[in-house]
Amino acid sequence: MNFDKELDAKGLNCPLPILRCKKALNDMTSGQILRVIATDPGSVKDFAAFAKQTGNELLTSAEAGGEYTFFIKRK
Amino acid sequence: MDDTKKLAIIATKGTLDWAYPPFILASTAAALGYETQIFFTFYGLQMLRKDLSCLKVSPLGNPGMPMKMPFGPKWFKDINWNIPNAVQSLIPGYESLATTLMKQTIKNNGVATIPELRELCQEAEVKFIACQMTVELFGFEHSDFIDGVEYGGAATFFEFAGETDICLFI
Repeated sequence: MNFDKELDAKGLNCPLPILRCKKALNDMTSGQILRVIATDPGSVKDFAAFAKQTGNELLTSAEAGGEYTFFIKRK
Repeated sequence: MDDTKKLAIIATKGTLDWAYPPFILASTAAALGYETQIFFTFYGLQMLRKDLSCLKVSPLGNPGMPMKMPFGPKWFKDINWNIPNAVQSLIPGYESLATTLMKQTIKNNGVATIPELRELCQEAEVKFIACQMTVELFGFEHSDFIDGVEYGGAATFFEFAGETDICLFI
């Protein structure tokens, strides 16, 4: 999937991946896509909850080899 | 009508471990779009000091705190150092040692530091209010605290807390 910006949140723990994601989205424009890579297993539920509460759309959420990849479309 | 969600937290503890919940919740709430205030009172004032090295963690009298080493081979890290209270209290610098080890564990786990979380809260416009009564009670000066702190009392807290969706005492 194409994306406009990438955020490397590997090695970071709660709540940093969400805070960094929020910050990254602030610098983007509506409709742009952010790719986030994290290693915190708690981030799967957290990113879904973040999307639901902020209205930014979580397009996909995938896990491979202990890395979690999220594609988020800015509101 | 203003439909922004609001969160108010009363932060009353002055140790390294208990500095985490208020700052984690406040920064996350702000990222989720909440308007957030933290009211710091009693020992919670320590979290607003310019120099945060005053925040320590004490295993003394805290049976819930695992004491494990943040370095060395796995078998060594897995040992829980169950040291009796009476012994802990006699060793000079035990608290500082525990704090140093805890800070290393925090770093190893990719957990944010308290100065970092506090800064993230400020960047996200979390409002910090210090209880003026306890500032005076404990002999603090406003110059002991970081910039951007407002000073007020219980009535100031309720002005915002009364309008909130979530209100927590930590």
